[in-house]
Amino acid sequence: MKNVSPLKKTLLYFFLFVGVIVSVFPFYWMFVGATNPSGEIFKVPPNFFPGTHGWENFKNLNENVGIIRVMGNSLLITLTFTALAAIICTAAGYAFAKFQFKGRNQIFFMLLVAIMIPYHVTLIPLFEIFSNVGWLNTFQAVILPQAAYPFAIFLMRQNMQAIPDSLLEAARVDGAGEFHIFFRIVLPVMRPALAAVGIFLFMFQWNNFIWPLVVLQSQDMYTLPVALSSLVGMSRIDYGQVMMGTTLSTLPIMIFFLLLQKQFISGILGGSVKE
Amino acid sequence: MSQTNAEPAKSNQPKKRKRWITPKNVPYLFILPAVTFFLIFTVYPVISSLLLSFQKREGSGYVFAGLENYIRLFQDGLFYKALGNTFLILLIQVPIQLFLAVIIAVALNSQLVKMKSFFRIAFFMPAITALVASSIIFMIMLDENYGLINYLLSFVGVEPIAWLSDPFWAKVALMVAITWRWTGYNMVIFLAGLQNIPGSLYEAAEMDGASKLKQFFYITIPQLKPIFLFTFVLSTIGTLQLFDEPYILTEGGPNNSTLTITLYLYQNGFRYFDFGYASAIAYVLVLIIGVLSWAQMKWAGEDK
Repeated sequence: MKNVSPLKKTLLYFFLFVGVIVSVFPFYWMFVGATNPSGEIFKVPPNFFPGTHGWENFKNLNENVGIIRVMGNSLLITLTFTALAAIICTAAGYAFAKFQFKGRNQIFFMLLVAIMIPYHVTLIPLFEIFSNVGWLNTFQAVILPQAAYPFAIFLMRQNMQAIPDSLLEAARVDGAGEFHIFFRIVLPVMRPALAAVGIFLFMFQWNNFIWPLVVLQSQDMYTLPVALSSLVGMSRIDYGQVMMGTTLSTLPIMIFFLLLQKQFISGILGGSVKE
Repeated sequence: MSQTNAEPAKSNQPKKRKRWITPKNVPYLFILPAVTFFLIFTVYPVISSLLLSFQKREGSGYVFAGLENYIRLFQDGLFYKALGNTFLILLIQVPIQLFLAVIIAVALNSQLVKMKSFFRIAFFMPAITALVASSIIFMIMLDENYGLINYLLSFVGVEPIAWLSDPFWAKVALMVAITWRWTGYNMVIFLAGLQNIPGSLYEAAEMDGASKLKQFFYITIPQLKPIFLFTFVLSTIGTLQLFDEPYILTEGGPNNSTLTITLYLYQNGFRYFDFGYASAIAYVLVLIIGVLSWAQMKWAGEDK
């Protein structure tokens, strides 16, 4: 390495630290807002430090939108969706990667096309479907429509192609049934890919907004993003409560992210970055 | 599963017993759930909304209306406004965001920088927030009278800016919030691309006496071309579907200055319950995304 001027190095670090502050400060500000009464971040000069009003904000928020119930809804919907979509997409990805069958390429091509189609096109017919079967304002209406997530199927197929055919053949020669091979041999090998796809699906549903907004109609069924948007729509907004709500939606994800950064980054990026 | 339990396989001497599930038919079983869901929740809605776009409400049902919705759309000033806003964001915000992402990625990739993973995590952090949450935080920080950003700007002598209630500044506010949310996301993609550029290219340039700046423009940028294309396609599709941020930040206002295509679709579909018209908007969106994606791919293909 040549000698580098200390000035250059200082400038580089300065630039990066400014970027870090811009990236991270809004989270701090959210936390300050969540732990102070509404007026504290809305005065000049604002209060820059976390306060002790967090519990109060939480209680008010719970009275206002039933935040405990809403968090439970979000968790239940997201976990059910993730499990269901992961199994459906993994099974399909396995078939596309490891079997020859009639129509394989045609069906797979349709899935690729579906990745490009904006999901908003399906909103109105989906609303009609669920309205016809009387499932508006239900959890299954939020969970089911995206369970065969084309991009997740695509990702699993890409990953599955790395499994050597000889491994599967050996198992067949040993007399293992096809489902046994899938559950006992393929899935264990695919654990890292499953984790990444699982995180991708989890984040999609946890943050999903427009469809739950359309289909969920009463407060006791709301998910976090929908409940938060309803708070903002109220005529008198209590910012302490709003910030507590955004904190509750962000903090659990942030903790997981800090624990599992690598899986998280590759999961959110949908496997476009290989670690 | 019962299959395997019923047949305790002798591993050394496989029995040729008839199985119901064979490698020939099992792939159909594996894709069955996905295909069923896909047909019901994607294929049917996509076709149904195409049909709906040629229908209009009459009484309690829908009747065929020919091209009426599309004709109305092409005469609808609000639709043009939504289209214009969306493309303005596409043309201004996306390049800024990708430029910032490349710069940060290159800086982070520099051998001078220690604590790389700390920086990477910090820059990526905004990408884990729900769009609704990040929009709310920005809505609060951008408040005209009490917001933090105007307070900080007052130190450098800037008069309070009406971020959310002035048509010009509302667009800026929207772009700022989107840039905050997505720059780190794109940065990580660029970083991965940078790490795949062979170091020998830079060594050779160094020997030839090329400056760092020259190396950046003649090695880094061309080598990153596929990554640029990838992030550009992603950002384009994302921008064309922009909904959560304008819904929360400005509800499309003031005076529709932040109305986007999907927001207009939502308003027509679920506020006025004009399903036929909303479906026509959706199909114009499909068409735009299709044409743009095709053009971008063609452009990429020709370059190879």
